[in-house]
Amino acid sequence: MFHLIERWIPSASTYSGDIDFVFSMIFWIVGAWFLATELVFFWLILRFRKRDGVKAQYITGELKSEKQWVHWPHMAVLAFDVVILFFAVKVWYDVKQDLPPAQETVRVIAQQWAWSFVHPGPDTLLDTADDIKTVEELHVKVGTLYHFKLESRDVLHSFSVPVFRLKQDVIPGRVITGWFEATQTGKYDIQCAEICGIGHALMPGRIVIETPEQHTAWMASQSPISVAALDLPRAAQE
Amino acid sequence: MAHPAETPVHHGAHHHEDPGWVRRILFSTDHKVIAMQYMFTGMALALLAGFFAYVFRMQMAFPGMEVPFYGLVTPNRYNVLITNHGAIMIFWVAMPVLIAAFGNFLIPLMIGCDDMVFPRINRLSYQIFFLSAVVLLISFFVEGGAFGGAWTIYPPLSAKAEYNLTPLGSSIFLVAVALEFVAFLLGGINFVTTAMNSRAPGMKLYDVPIVVWMIVVASILFMASVGPLIAGAVMLFMDQQIGTAFFDPNRGGDPVLWQHLFWFFGHPEVYVVLLPALGIVAEIITVFSRKKLFAYKTVLYTTFGTGVLSFTVWAHHQFVAGIDPRMANIFTVTTLLISVPIAEMCFVYIATLYGGSITLSTPMLWALAFLGEFLIGGVTGIFLGASGADIYLHDTYFVLAHFHYTFVPIAIIGTFAGVTFWFPKMFGRMMNDTLGKLHFWITIIAFNAIFIPLFVTGAAGDHRRIYDYSHFPDLAALQPLREFATIALLFMLAGQVIFLWNFFASLMWGEKAEKNPWRSNTLEWTTESPPPHGNWPADALPTVYRAPYEYSHPDRKEDYWPQNAPA
Repeated sequence: MFHLIERWIPSASTYSGDIDFVFSMIFWIVGAWFLATELVFFWLILRFRKRDGVKAQYITGELKSEKQWVHWPHMAVLAFDVVILFFAVKVWYDVKQDLPPAQETVRVIAQQWAWSFVHPGPDTLLDTADDIKTVEELHVKVGTLYHFKLESRDVLHSFSVPVFRLKQDVIPGRVITGWFEATQTGKYDIQCAEICGIGHALMPGRIVIETPEQHTAWMASQSPISVAALDLPRAAQE
Repeated sequence: MAHPAETPVHHGAHHHEDPGWVRRILFSTDHKVIAMQYMFTGMALALLAGFFAYVFRMQMAFPGMEVPFYGLVTPNRYNVLITNHGAIMIFWVAMPVLIAAFGNFLIPLMIGCDDMVFPRINRLSYQIFFLSAVVLLISFFVEGGAFGGAWTIYPPLSAKAEYNLTPLGSSIFLVAVALEFVAFLLGGINFVTTAMNSRAPGMKLYDVPIVVWMIVVASILFMASVGPLIAGAVMLFMDQQIGTAFFDPNRGGDPVLWQHLFWFFGHPEVYVVLLPALGIVAEIITVFSRKKLFAYKTVLYTTFGTGVLSFTVWAHHQFVAGIDPRMANIFTVTTLLISVPIAEMCFVYIATLYGGSITLSTPMLWALAFLGEFLIGGVTGIFLGASGADIYLHDTYFVLAHFHYTFVPIAIIGTFAGVTFWFPKMFGRMMNDTLGKLHFWITIIAFNAIFIPLFVTGAAGDHRRIYDYSHFPDLAALQPLREFATIALLFMLAGQVIFLWNFFASLMWGEKAEKNPWRSNTLEWTTESPPPHGNWPADALPTVYRAPYEYSHPDRKEDYWPQNAPA
């Protein structure tokens, strides 16, 4: 009942369930309203069809007793708005405003028309010699809280990971930071959700969510140069 | 008073020397002729933009096919088609038909005067509008082709030829939009001034029909919101053509600033086209339920309230666009708040039906369909206004389905309601009711069959402006829904042939209309069908004695009471 979107697309981040919940809650609230309103609407059309010898009633709608028929529904709409507002803002705060501390950070670079990703590599630190760069494939560990740093080389793009229910526009000239934590493994789509020119449909990406073991194995399979450089950053730190 | 000196009342009607069709039609200052010019231009461009929808929906359903009557849809052509479909439907169809055509035709007739206050500014308004449409069409034939960066024209994509690959098309697009704005500024001045100054003797502000009020408020919203966008358009044009950097992040500009300027106009714009449609619906449901409009003053003040609120919601288009996330909370509050006056207005209209004597004529079917369908557009807006849910839904087909459930009721259903209702007054003949109903049912059923599946594809992750989904494995299962929507569109477009036939056949051979075929109260029905130049004989302009919706008054035998009938 509160997993309407999940019927179509898996839910794979710590907050995707909360966003699905807001969607489903709004669905049931406005769905009930919608049905009730349409029922009254169709009932009135059927009930007050023209009949011979029956004149329409003269109702101004200016009397208080008449106005209450729209006044109370309208107050109810306001009340439901407040409920929806509460949950919507709460989820918004958790996903967009709050930035929990990162365990690892990845850099996401958008350009016409490809995604490239910079992974922190075995040392779990970004901007060190063992960073792993990939095109169109982002590898992350399940159960790890990532910060992502979004950059664009040219126009607006939008980093969209539907299974995470995550979307954030990428703006040239700025680095936008956000977060996610995957809850299940698998390979899923990354989309560009902001029109970025004639190749807009041709910049699909994939996110590969792995167990820590799989992730380590993947890192090891990357170019030997980055593996050889494994110890450098640690030495630099000390 | 409203006539220029060289055009006396009844000039065309009684003069033996015809001034020639060029002067009579193309250079007329008669508000009714200008209304028809706007309407026919809008209808012609609606066919074009409808054809675009056919082409790109075919490509989406059957990627890579040779679309009949068009050919192969390349990614570039696809972007051009969707960009211009949106821009044309909003700027060159909804606005000219709903505001300019109905505003021009109805305001002088419904307030009982002979013409607009500034007839020559009115004519200039149409001429500039026509020019704007020509300029837009020219953009398809220049080197590099027409602009394809979406109707929202976001920089940096729109600002630099190296990004959009349309060095001329993107600038011509901006010029066309700016010219269109100039046309509607001129029109708006006329509508507001005429409604305030030229009302018939006795017509107090509370006696003005709702549709006139709505068009006036819409004109004010337009004039108050368009300034920042025109400024933005000039800056963007300079970024494109002379290398300024207002929106260039590499040289100190800010691309997100454009989005604020655009949507500061763009959201009130929704209400600019919504209000006239709501007004048309109010006129029709009162006539065909023989009822007084429920709570006229509430409708009026709700309209003002909606208008004011509509200036405070724009950044809900930008929740995930890189604005300060705290700002989103404010716009979530205002966006959900605006649902209250709109819901109130829907309730008032539905309440009007209570105790009525309802006839389901073609115009009434359209008006009722507007209410039933717009409600879907309204309630789905709540999902998107709720910032938390919008993180996922932003720029998906859910958004697209939502705004088509607002814009189709407004620009298509509202227009058909108005055209079928006022056709007898516009052309002096009746439309065929059977064909009208056939057209109605095909259009309504097909319309729902197009966009209900698109809510599902959107909620399942289809993002917008993608010419071929085959690159996205997670979305592959949705292809049957995309095909279904496209086939429904073919039915909807085919159904419009019935309307065109009915429209032009009735124009030629329809049954002659009397002055007041619907037994309506408002002043336009007290003159001939069609009204002569000057609307009423110069010595017999109407005087108003009462409010516009006195239907089924208990003191009266007839179930209507024209505004101009002495007590």
